[in-house]
Amino acid sequence: MNSELQAQSREPEVAFTLATKTAYLCSVRAFAESLAIRMGFSHHQAGHIVLALDEALANVIRHGYGGSEHERMSVAFWAVSHAKLGQGLRIVIEDEGEQIDPSNVRGRDLDDVRPGGLGVHIMRQVMDDVVYERRPGRGMRLTLVKLINSQAPVCREC
Amino acid sequence: MAESTPLIIRTQRTASALVLAPQGEIATHEAPTMQQAVKEAFESRPAKVVIDLTSVSYMATSGLATLVQAAQQSNKTKIPLVLCGLQERVKAVIDISRLTSFFKIVGTQAEAGV
Repeated sequence: MNSELQAQSREPEVAFTLATKTAYLCSVRAFAESLAIRMGFSHHQAGHIVLALDEALANVIRHGYGGSEHERMSVAFWAVSHAKLGQGLRIVIEDEGEQIDPSNVRGRDLDDVRPGGLGVHIMRQVMDDVVYERRPGRGMRLTLVKLINSQAPVCREC
Repeated sequence: MAESTPLIIRTQRTASALVLAPQGEIATHEAPTMQQAVKEAFESRPAKVVIDLTSVSYMATSGLATLVQAAQQSNKTKIPLVLCGLQERVKAVIDISRLTSFFKIVGTQAEAGV
């Protein structure tokens, strides 16, 4: 879907970097919820966006940087539109942490009930598009897309 | 989502149960605090552990992991575990993770037998 999305401006609506401290994630959650609602998402959809973003950033800290609090990660929010499906939000998260093969990023088997490992599954359930890429040199880029007229699995079930 | 404040966990012991009542958000940063409270709850050998989530406005999968650990301790110790007071967003995380049937979930502390 990403190739069919048109950004509404050359620059992101909002972009910032933050230290890889889990204590800061509450501030990102609060900001993302406020922005999503202002961009036209329902409170229910904004909750999905917050959840996906929170899981993504937690994964960067935990897996990309091995829990280190002394690294940086960036988050950018783009207003986008899709020719058929309408408007939405694209969130791009970049880090300089450990690189992984994007094809190996998958949610675990949900029948195997154990703590942890659910973040990727959650992202794929609540967002319209989830794309992991290796950045040139080092680090990963994760793109999350949510459309106001969402076709995400969870939304189709609503 | 409420403005974030540090997670507070109130503990109440009654004749029939030990009630953990966390207040705030349970995400990656707060999960270790919740995990410790759950561990101590089961170690105190109550007749039942009730986790009242009425005042939890947000839960990430790291918070959900603490509930899975609580259920595993419940199975191991044979001390029943009941969850109650789930807000919509907390319930959604459990539903999306397809863990709803894994827990005993009721509406209120009274329904949990406290």
